[in-house]
Amino acid sequence: MAGDRPLVQGTPLLEARGLTRILPGVVPVTLVQNVSFTIGCGEFVAITGPSGSGKSSLLYLLGLLDRPTAGEVLIHGKATHTLPKKDLARIRLEQIGFVFQFHFLLPEFSARDNVMIPMQRLGALTPKQQKTRATDLLKNFGLADYVDRLPAELSGGQRQRVAVARALANAPRLILADEPTGSLDSRATEQVFDTLQSIVTETGTSIVAVTHDMDLASRMQRRIHLVDGAIDTDQILPPSVRD
Amino acid sequence: MNLLFKIAGTHVRNRLRQTIVSTLGVALGVGFSIAMAALMQGSQRDFVESLINAIPHVEIRDEKRDPTLQPASRFYQAVAFHGLRPLDDIGGIRNPTEAMASLRDWVDGNLAQQLSGQAVLRYSGQDLGMTLVGVVPTDELSVSTIKDDMRRGRFEDLATTPDSLVIGDSAAGRLGADLGDTVTVTSASGLSKRFKIVGIFHKGVSASDEALAYAPLKAVQILLEKPNVINRITLRLDTIAEAPAVAERAERQLGYKAVSWEEANEGLMEAFAVRNVIMYTVVGAILVVAGFGIFNIISTIVHEKARDIAILKSLGFPEHDIQLIFVLEGLVIGILGALAGCLLGYGLSSYLSTIRFEFSVGREMTHLPIYMSVWHYAIASGIALISAGVAGFFPARRAARLNPVDIIRGAT
Ligand SMILES: Nc1ncnc2c1ncn2[C@@H]1O[C@H](COP(=O)(O)OP(=O)(O)OP(=O)(O)O)[C@@H](O)[C@H]1O
Ligand SMILES: [Mg+2]
Repeated sequence: MAGDRPLVQGTPLLEARGLTRILPGVVPVTLVQNVSFTIGCGEFVAITGPSGSGKSSLLYLLGLLDRPTAGEVLIHGKATHTLPKKDLARIRLEQIGFVFQFHFLLPEFSARDNVMIPMQRLGALTPKQQKTRATDLLKNFGLADYVDRLPAELSGGQRQRVAVARALANAPRLILADEPTGSLDSRATEQVFDTLQSIVTETGTSIVAVTHDMDLASRMQRRIHLVDGAIDTDQILPPSVRD
Repeated sequence: MNLLFKIAGTHVRNRLRQTIVSTLGVALGVGFSIAMAALMQGSQRDFVESLINAIPHVEIRDEKRDPTLQPASRFYQAVAFHGLRPLDDIGGIRNPTEAMASLRDWVDGNLAQQLSGQAVLRYSGQDLGMTLVGVVPTDELSVSTIKDDMRRGRFEDLATTPDSLVIGDSAAGRLGADLGDTVTVTSASGLSKRFKIVGIFHKGVSASDEALAYAPLKAVQILLEKPNVINRITLRLDTIAEAPAVAERAERQLGYKAVSWEEANEGLMEAFAVRNVIMYTVVGAILVVAGFGIFNIISTIVHEKARDIAILKSLGFPEHDIQLIFVLEGLVIGILGALAGCLLGYGLSSYLSTIRFEFSVGREMTHLPIYMSVWHYAIASGIALISAGVAGFFPARRAARLNPVDIIRGAT
């Protein structure tokens, strides 16, 4: 079991230090408030909290898509707030897989082509290898028969799974997923969860997943509960509770 | 890069109708520019060509660049002299044989000598003031196109018939004289001589047709009382481009003013230059307008594809890539437009060259002069591409700077 390994090995993969994000305006809105935690390699973390509690906003900050008003995000112990946009893009491409709450796919590209886009940009694999890898990833999520379909020809749950497969494309160290199973039935949820769990176990990739599904959250190693943009509880769940 | 191309391609295909319209805008701009350039340069070349045929390439006149100093000036340093009677100068190029021989030594082309002066032609009670030009017929034929202008009679007959005359058709008409008639020619000093008309020409230039007459050089020298004097040497060169250099050398050698055809028509050359500037300004303006079309469609696409831009940026595409996608889209439209425009331009200029016109007055023009040059295509396409690149650049930069989180938040 993954949980038998130490949770933090050496330098943490991701560290949030006093992360605060305030939307400026006549009435400034605080999205995230003084959030600090570390995530090591091979962790599967659930972020829970009521709707509007700032889960998505926190994920954007962790994924280097948004810049914090205060605090910083460190990747492998390296500060990111001083890096130019170009370098942040490179980190996202190589090390972070992002799944949006509302599965965003490029509408003109087939399921497989969508999964191949990050690989093509990175260029680490040959086109043939890229195609094979994309097909395999989709197969893992039960989409073997849908590789050539356009997003418009897929159901909401199928699109969500394509988005998860795309986040895995470049074998990132960190996957940030915003409700990856939000529109899936229990069978498909099971399939996605098992696939993600096996990736964590086999490759030491860390996953931070926002979820409303308490049952699902309770099966992960750790749960961070947000209320009004701040951490309410951050608990490590012992394997006994999970199984 | 391939991927960026592919993404750009999908955007363009999504907006196919608008893309085609803005491509057509560029194509029309490029096409008309090319046709216009072909017509403008064609007419210019046509004009210059007929000009070069009609006038000597280099003309040496019995004038000095600077006015001759009066003897008094040579002896006294003074600002001005009063009551001075200027020295009489009978003018003309003295020693024509020697001058001609020294020029023949090095000039590649033909030379002809002339003595011209004012005279009055009289026939059946009609008087007509004319410029009488004494020529050596064979030389004159070798430097001018007078042979092609002959309507009746032969120019060569000036050499075989003593005291013969070739006059313009308008002049002949005014005098009521015809081929074979004998007219009386009176010089300014009152000397008279009878000449027989052996030829009638029509140059299409009324000044010549109304008031120019050719006669053998010897006869004119006698009539004007300037024996062994000429006042003009005309050159027709093998290589027209050498005209300025030849003129300069001839002037240095002989000390008389030598003028190349370009110098003689300086005003005309300037007018052509101005015309070209105007033309390229109009071409530029057309293509800038086409550029606005491109700007418009790329802006629309950026707006429409904001979500895709956010996705790409979140996947780790740097701003530079995003910008490139949209600049590429602009360039694709520009390139397609330029290609279509080149075809259109070729078609238009080919069509224009088949149109025939007839002008009764002045120079005859049987068809529109079209000159096709790769440069017209290159310049028009180049301007179109620059304009397309610039038009794509600004929306592309806006796209690159979009904040993905703003878009994602807005979409939820
Ligand atoms: N542009 C905005 N202007 C003002 N308030 C905003 C803006 N964007 C988000 N918010 C607010 O910020 C808070 C956090 O939003 P966020 O999307 O992070 O919540 P969430 O936890 O992901 O919610 P959900 O579970 O519904 O997805 C919410 O209360 C939301 O109303
Ligand atoms: Mg959310």
